[in-house]
Amino acid sequence: MEQLNEEIEQIMQTYPGKPEYLIFLLQDIQDKAGYISPESMQLVSEHTGVPLTQAYSVATFYQSFRLEPRGDHDIRVCLGTACHLKGGQRITEELERRLNVQAGETTEDQRFTLSTVNCVGACALAPVVVVDDEYEPHVTAKKLDRKLKILEHEFDENKEGGPDA
Amino acid sequence: MPEQQAVIDNTHQRLQSAEDLNELRQHLCDRVDPNRPEIVVCHGTGCMANGSTQVTEALAAALKKAGSEAKLMPGIKTTGCQGFCSRGPLIIIRPQGLFYQQVKPKDAEEIVQQTIMQGKPVERLLYQDPKTGETIHTEDEIPFYKMQQRVVLHNIGRIDPSDIADYIAAGGYQALAKALTTMTPEDVVAQVEASGLRGRGGAGFPTGRKWRSALQAIERKGRPVYVVVNGDEGDPGAFMDRTIMEGDPHAVLEGLILGAYALGAQMGYLYVRAEYPLAIKHLEIAMMQARAYGLLGDNILGSGFTFDARINRGAGAFVCGESTALFTSIEGKPGNPRPKYVRSVEEGLWGRPTVLNNVETWANIPLIVNKGGDWYADLGVPHSTGTKVFSLVGKVNNVGLVEVPMGIKLSEIVETIGGGVPDGRPFKAVQTGGPSGGCIPYSLKDTPVDFDSLTKAGSMMGSGAMIVMDDSDCVVDVGRYFLRFLEEESCGKCLPCRLGLTRLRELLDNFAKGKGSEADIDDLISLSEAIQDGALCALGSSAPNPVLTTLQYFREEYIAHVKDKKCPAGVCKDLITYTIDADACTGCTACARRCPQNCIRGKKKEAHIIEVGDCIRCGICLETCKFKAVQVD
Amino acid sequence: MITLTINDQEVKARKGWTLLEAARHHGVDIPTLCYHEAVAPSGACRLCMVELKDGDWSKLVASCIYPVADGLNVYTETPKVQNVRRWVLEMLLAACPGSEEIATLARRYGVTTTRFATKSANEACMVCGLCVRVCEEVVGLSAIATVDRGVHKRVGAPYLKPTDVCVACGSCVTICPTGAMAKIFDTVRGEPQTKLTQLQA
Repeated sequence: MEQLNEEIEQIMQTYPGKPEYLIFLLQDIQDKAGYISPESMQLVSEHTGVPLTQAYSVATFYQSFRLEPRGDHDIRVCLGTACHLKGGQRITEELERRLNVQAGETTEDQRFTLSTVNCVGACALAPVVVVDDEYEPHVTAKKLDRKLKILEHEFDENKEGGPDA
Repeated sequence: MPEQQAVIDNTHQRLQSAEDLNELRQHLCDRVDPNRPEIVVCHGTGCMANGSTQVTEALAAALKKAGSEAKLMPGIKTTGCQGFCSRGPLIIIRPQGLFYQQVKPKDAEEIVQQTIMQGKPVERLLYQDPKTGETIHTEDEIPFYKMQQRVVLHNIGRIDPSDIADYIAAGGYQALAKALTTMTPEDVVAQVEASGLRGRGGAGFPTGRKWRSALQAIERKGRPVYVVVNGDEGDPGAFMDRTIMEGDPHAVLEGLILGAYALGAQMGYLYVRAEYPLAIKHLEIAMMQARAYGLLGDNILGSGFTFDARINRGAGAFVCGESTALFTSIEGKPGNPRPKYVRSVEEGLWGRPTVLNNVETWANIPLIVNKGGDWYADLGVPHSTGTKVFSLVGKVNNVGLVEVPMGIKLSEIVETIGGGVPDGRPFKAVQTGGPSGGCIPYSLKDTPVDFDSLTKAGSMMGSGAMIVMDDSDCVVDVGRYFLRFLEEESCGKCLPCRLGLTRLRELLDNFAKGKGSEADIDDLISLSEAIQDGALCALGSSAPNPVLTTLQYFREEYIAHVKDKKCPAGVCKDLITYTIDADACTGCTACARRCPQNCIRGKKKEAHIIEVGDCIRCGICLETCKFKAVQVD
Repeated sequence: MITLTINDQEVKARKGWTLLEAARHHGVDIPTLCYHEAVAPSGACRLCMVELKDGDWSKLVASCIYPVADGLNVYTETPKVQNVRRWVLEMLLAACPGSEEIATLARRYGVTTTRFATKSANEACMVCGLCVRVCEEVVGLSAIATVDRGVHKRVGAPYLKPTDVCVACGSCVTICPTGAMAKIFDTVRGEPQTKLTQLQA
């Protein structure tokens, strides 16, 4: 935590305190911390001179910003046109059932965050699901099931071996 | 590509003049032995997802193992997207030009042993024309490539995009040197005007005229003026700009610098979609390298001209492709479009004269400056000059990226280059222009692909997504899809867009449920017109286009939904039932095991049945069945 | 002075006026919701759309932001203008069933029912942004802003919690054209006690 705060402080110093750097700062903080905490938002607001209300307005306007912590694994279903025609919606529904969350939510155990994305531009691979920044081409319910099982297994192993156990 | 290549050689002597650039180019060209074999591996997004990185590693290992036995040790080069994505991972072996497709890491050794050592092709990796059964050896003989005209994509698949030396050796920055030493800014604008180039982002506004108006605005208002690259490619199904930014980033940058020189701009912005991390990385590398070589920054090529640029990463908002929304986003605010009764060339970024062009437009500029506006104007057709890059996706055999001269027939793209629709299904329509465009039916398949003909057919050029649909795609469903997309992506400021898109989609939902009547079609049209006329920006005013064009060409399909309570394409869930064909079912139980509702009954090795009452029409049984026994009706 | 026509009547207008200002100056009726003299116009509600015509060419523009110019031919009651207005009002009836002001305006233009599913009976906000603009431009505080986008867009303070930045001046309630701000004001303003201490400090 301490270290994270230091890193966020460092990010602040990379950009001049001007409103035009608001989005840059929010992006860099999210890259580092996984989401933008209310404390970070306050810091960015003070650094850029953008009122907190407007910073919050920006952060909620753009789809890529997360204001809550994400799950360990990030699953994004592409819903570009090619993926839609090839069953992207069906894949989303299958994942919602499988993970028992709605798109945009994180599972209760914080393992997975499920979301949809409007075209990742990899239409030849349709339908595509992006799992932790890796493209899974031509996904089917079966392939996803296999992938999820692997991730769940890794998750359990980490939990058992990790300091929290 | 190897990371270390990306590291900038800071000790490199800055190029002080155009002569320095020529000397460097000569030096780079002399260094290359034209007979030395080269294995070119596609590292476009499609091929990488299919494992091309592993192929590259396997090839490197196989070459190392073969050691000095090879007469000439080949080099491995990784490039941007070579276009033929459905056949990836792709590799090309030069100088022969041998084209291998669907290469796996385990093929590496054979490629090295057979092709590199003995000069013989590996037959099974060659492309086989599905129509004629003929085996094809080289890239240029493959129908997918043969009918293309690669102008703006000429470097992609040839150069390593993370190495400025490759770009310079291929003639890069020659246009910039030419402009700085032999042309006035006015000359550059004149060449762009003469080229007839129209904006590749969607609306097709003549680029030269835009630059001219900007000059007039500057005369009245003075400088600064800004040049901006619109790389916020948001149309679902489009990846032209992504490919250019990833595969030839210096071309975009050189175009931008030329624009800056023509307009007297000192600062430029590249607004790139956040979903394209590789494009951002390659542009960043390109800019660092260009600065180190004295091609960007202070006193470019010793000419006294100074210009720099920065990248703004998009944050996930389709509306930021709209010019005024893009500007407000660069300014650090929510991307709400500004009510636009003043043009961007007058009042754009920070309220200053601004020239915003799309990625593909900028990448054309170096070619125009190099070869002349007249050369460019000879390509394509009179009112739509040049070539256009399209992403060909959906129900088409050869999914990928294609570049064709303007004016080519739509059917030539879909059927000849694209190889037609898979599984022998009928070619129903092509959706062009993304959520703002329209559907062109099979009956108009010979429509020439140029700005004006597409608009006449009720669609638009758009940025270049071409989505091929077959008889299993429902126009009502496609309309709902685009509207749902835009509901989420609307900025939500003006009422016709924020309220209207939802209401329009709800009317379509009724069709998808078989509710309502034929008379509701009049409501659809009337509300569509209100949105077109009333919305504040182009996102809203073009949003009803997919609905209006499908109503124009596929009205009977809409009527079938409400009158016969049928979805002819078998898509709309409330109007279809899944059944199992008892004759085709082998009783393998695969579907029953996967069914999330547990509503498929049947004993092993006996025909199964679906209990329709519990079925949620998720389609998993259809996807699972290997025997085509699951039917949709 | 600038000369233009509104509904075929030649009128004069001052340079810098918008079409709406010119029309209202000459007594021509144009409905508005998101427009108020106290703040900059934003062209959000689109009720003030008018049609510009020149021969075969025609275009709909928002009169609250479109500047007057010599030779413009402005029409305020064409079929296209009425079509936009009718649909916007009908959709507003469904979106803001809790607003008496909207119902009254819609009635004035002949829209009394809506075919769409209506929101909860209390809902009155149409997210026109007047409250946000008055708080930023006039009060100078920016205690509220629009949150989210598209169909989810709404007005609120950060994290949709009451904020101490708000001084409870009530300007937003006064300017609100639909009566919505009065209903949600308590979700925005912070504790009056904290505020007092802040002011004293």
